Amino acid sequence: MAALEVLETGVLTTVQDAGRVGHASLGVGRSGAADAVSYALANRLVANPPGAAALEATLGGLRVRARGAVTAAVTGAPGPVGVDGRAAAVNTVLHLRDGAELRVGVPDRGLRSYLAVRGGVSVPPVLGSRSTDTLAGLGPDRVTPGTVLPVGAPPPTPPVVDLAPDAAFPGHEVELRVVLGPRHDWFTPDAVHTLLNGVYVVSDRTDRVGARLLGPPLPRARAGELPSEGMVPGALQIPHDGDPVLFLADHPVTGGYPVIAVVVSADLRWAAQARPGTRLRFRRLR
Amino acid sequence: MRVLDCGDTGVLVEVADLDEVVALHAALAAQPPPGVEELVPAARTVLLRVSPGHDTAAVAAAVRALRPRPRHLAAAEEVEIPVRYDGADLPDIAAATGLGESGVVAAHSSATWTVAFCGFAPGFGYLVGDDPRLHVPRRAEARTRVPAGSVALAGGFTGVYPRSSPGGWQLLGRTDTVVWDLDRDPPGLLRPGVRVRFVPV
Repeated sequence: MAALEVLETGVLTTVQDAGRVGHASLGVGRSGAADAVSYALANRLVANPPGAAALEATLGGLRVRARGAVTAAVTGAPGPVGVDGRAAAVNTVLHLRDGAELRVGVPDRGLRSYLAVRGGVSVPPVLGSRSTDTLAGLGPDRVTPGTVLPVGAPPPTPPVVDLAPDAAFPGHEVELRVVLGPRHDWFTPDAVHTLLNGVYVVSDRTDRVGARLLGPPLPRARAGELPSEGMVPGALQIPHDGDPVLFLADHPVTGGYPVIAVVVSADLRWAAQARPGTRLRFRRLR
Repeated sequence: MRVLDCGDTGVLVEVADLDEVVALHAALAAQPPPGVEELVPAARTVLLRVSPGHDTAAVAAAVRALRPRPRHLAAAEEVEIPVRYDGADLPDIAAATGLGESGVVAAHSSATWTVAFCGFAPGFGYLVGDDPRLHVPRRAEARTRVPAGSVALAGGFTGVYPRSSPGGWQLLGRTDTVVWDLDRDPPGLLRPGVRVRFVPV
């Protein structure tokens, strides 16, 4: 059986798939690839079925060695990719011979890169998913140097394209469309205006759970505690200290702070790709 | 019932109390509107998580058309959880409730508790009881580490920490009962509807 030997991982590399669905009533969140679009593209390039597990690397720094012949693709945050020291490209099909070394460098833009291998990363699933939920501590361990990740049996259909286009990654400013609510009435009308007209910067406190944002304060119209309620990815939760948290893939199933607005699902990938220092503008969709 | 927008993949339904949450959750679980992939019951709300591409307005309309019948928490099964009532916050709970330490233990272990919903961490159940004297607030400051198996009380709920984690609830005692075990199917012992009795040891 082919495998990937992990040589280096950078800040954080985890195994991710389409997520863990159907266990929310047990307090288990969805998790899964933070940028679901890039993840799905990586699987499509190597002709994997949707839902095959891949690696998600944060700010590059990932180096793996193929054990056996491996077909791979790197998508997501665009940056330098190399095979055995020769430059390769993102969003292309890469054929790695036994012993070849694949390097995913620090991206020029964006935050998260995806490495899919034909056959998928075949670690044991937990509650139906191979995703590492960093908040709940579920799923495979974080990937560390020295880890050997088995590669599953290749699917019957071969890759049909060599490369695929992806949307241009935004640079240091990103516009995210939001739907107001469910608790925008907990804030003053000025706060809603501020959210929709101000600039919020992704702080260095950003991870798979969420991105803590810095920007103008959003004053509340009412005091008191909100009973804990279900959360969705993209929720902009405003804790007491006022710095918004934009929830991402490993967000808690329930939360106790009011959500002023939710980023629409189509823009979630750009929220997940916003690295520290990125300026976010929120535009109202409805 | 209030139906609130929650992005383009969620509908948050707010009701009056926990009994209505349970009734609504049961009605939705029995007949989920098309496109709903997950239900998240909580203290006053049920969140419907909708697959991308489905119209949340249609889901909201389906929810509004529901007529859930109020009912009491139906017990799926009963479990007994042995507890050593030696928690660090027992004196504070005794003072806050005016029951004294032995009174708190008697009240907690003679009450019937039912898991209303889960959250906070995998396998953490929010249990509601039938003794209003046990309503105590959360601690003013959360502990950075609460050991696994801690039995705690806050805001009218009791709960058992499935694993070591930060926590702001008041600690009553500890149990050796494993409430979250991935080798068990289902892994959570304290699922919505399960009835619980705490037994002093």
